[in-house]
Amino acid sequence: MKNRSLVSIEDYSKEEILRILELSEYFENNQNQKLLENKVVAMLFYEPSTRTRLSFESAVNRLGGRVIGFSDAGSSSVSKGESLKDTIQTVSKYSDLIVMRHPLEGAARFASEVSDVPVINAGDGANQHPTQTLLDLYSILKTQGTLNDLNIFLVGDLKYGRTVHSLLIALSHFNPVFNFIAHPRLQIPNEYKIYLNELGIKYYEHTEFSSIISKADIIYMTRVQRERFTDPVEYEKIKDVYVLKNSMLDNTKPNMRILHPLPRVNEIDIDVDDNPKAYYFTQAKNGVYTRQAIIASILELN
Amino acid sequence: MKEEKTLQVNAIKDGTVIDHIPAKNLFKVIKVLNLGTLIDTVTFGSNLESKKLGKKAIIKMSNKYFDDEEINKLILVAPQARLNIIKDYQVVEKKQVKVPETILGIAKCVNPKCITNNENVLTKFKVMYNKSVDLKCLYCEKITDQDHIVINS
Repeated sequence: MKNRSLVSIEDYSKEEILRILELSEYFENNQNQKLLENKVVAMLFYEPSTRTRLSFESAVNRLGGRVIGFSDAGSSSVSKGESLKDTIQTVSKYSDLIVMRHPLEGAARFASEVSDVPVINAGDGANQHPTQTLLDLYSILKTQGTLNDLNIFLVGDLKYGRTVHSLLIALSHFNPVFNFIAHPRLQIPNEYKIYLNELGIKYYEHTEFSSIISKADIIYMTRVQRERFTDPVEYEKIKDVYVLKNSMLDNTKPNMRILHPLPRVNEIDIDVDDNPKAYYFTQAKNGVYTRQAIIASILELN
Repeated sequence: MKEEKTLQVNAIKDGTVIDHIPAKNLFKVIKVLNLGTLIDTVTFGSNLESKKLGKKAIIKMSNKYFDDEEINKLILVAPQARLNIIKDYQVVEKKQVKVPETILGIAKCVNPKCITNNENVLTKFKVMYNKSVDLKCLYCEKITDQDHIVINS
């Protein structure tokens, strides 16, 4: 992983994923380390993402490193018409590592090709967001004690949700069973079903919540975005169908935990927040440890 | 059969004949191989009867020879194409299209939000050949299927 960019979750093998998770645990127990002293990390956020940016900044700060960068394209040379290539080539001269969020898909792969220093993809359009996937895996591992043989429920926007797609691919290393709950219009794309079929991984599709969730080890909720529907009436009709409420959790397994990449709108009722099975805020906290682990392994810090 | 062909499109003395082009893709082949820039004689026939392809096209180019990399570009538009190298009216060599692992810069990515459609980035695809030819963009990871392949001009 040394000096290698992290663009897509498929860049990491199963062993490399497990190594990151192991390191994440180390950082959870030893959070403040001066491993990044005298190192500069560039944060190039071409579109705003407060949560991801602050999580990365927190990770760098806790490792004793310094941060440079911008948090939206308007305040950068992009507004003067500079190409991505020129920006990356310049910034890679100023820094030891680049963390980039970009609205265009494939931007991170391209940046990794033209950069002198490793690039971490913090989201490229609807394509990939591998650090989210790794923190999701860490959260699953922590709450279940294992990643193997779990029954994973993915709920909400399974068609466009990149976190769902990357998580599905990463979990496929660990013999899961998937249950997909989504509106017919937002179901998991065919290419992923073909992928699961090829690996012989079982999955079941549902169009609404039912008692089936009593089998879940993990319920991974995602936001159904209004923009996905051309007809606002249709959105209004379906948006409440995929809301998880506290009363629905009575018969769920004791080890079951609810995850959500956040931000949430209404898909998890706030009455769930106090249920011990709600894990999404701790999940966000895990993001800092996971990102510390990713940075440390890429820069090979000891 | 062979005689019939020479009647339909005149024979050449030296050069290359590309046969087994799907008729509907003739002009795409011309574009992919950049045949518009040739200075010697080029003749072609289209909508010729073919048992394999239904309607096929054929192109004969005098004094033009292709390297393998150029030939492999045909995978996108004429995967079954055959090339006959002609010297003094005789076929001296036959070549077939091989499936390249990656394709650089020839086709466009179907995804409008792909970086290659928005910045000056050469496209790069992994070729997935299974009955039809599909291209997986190595940037945005989206798949451009055969019916949606657009050749860069």
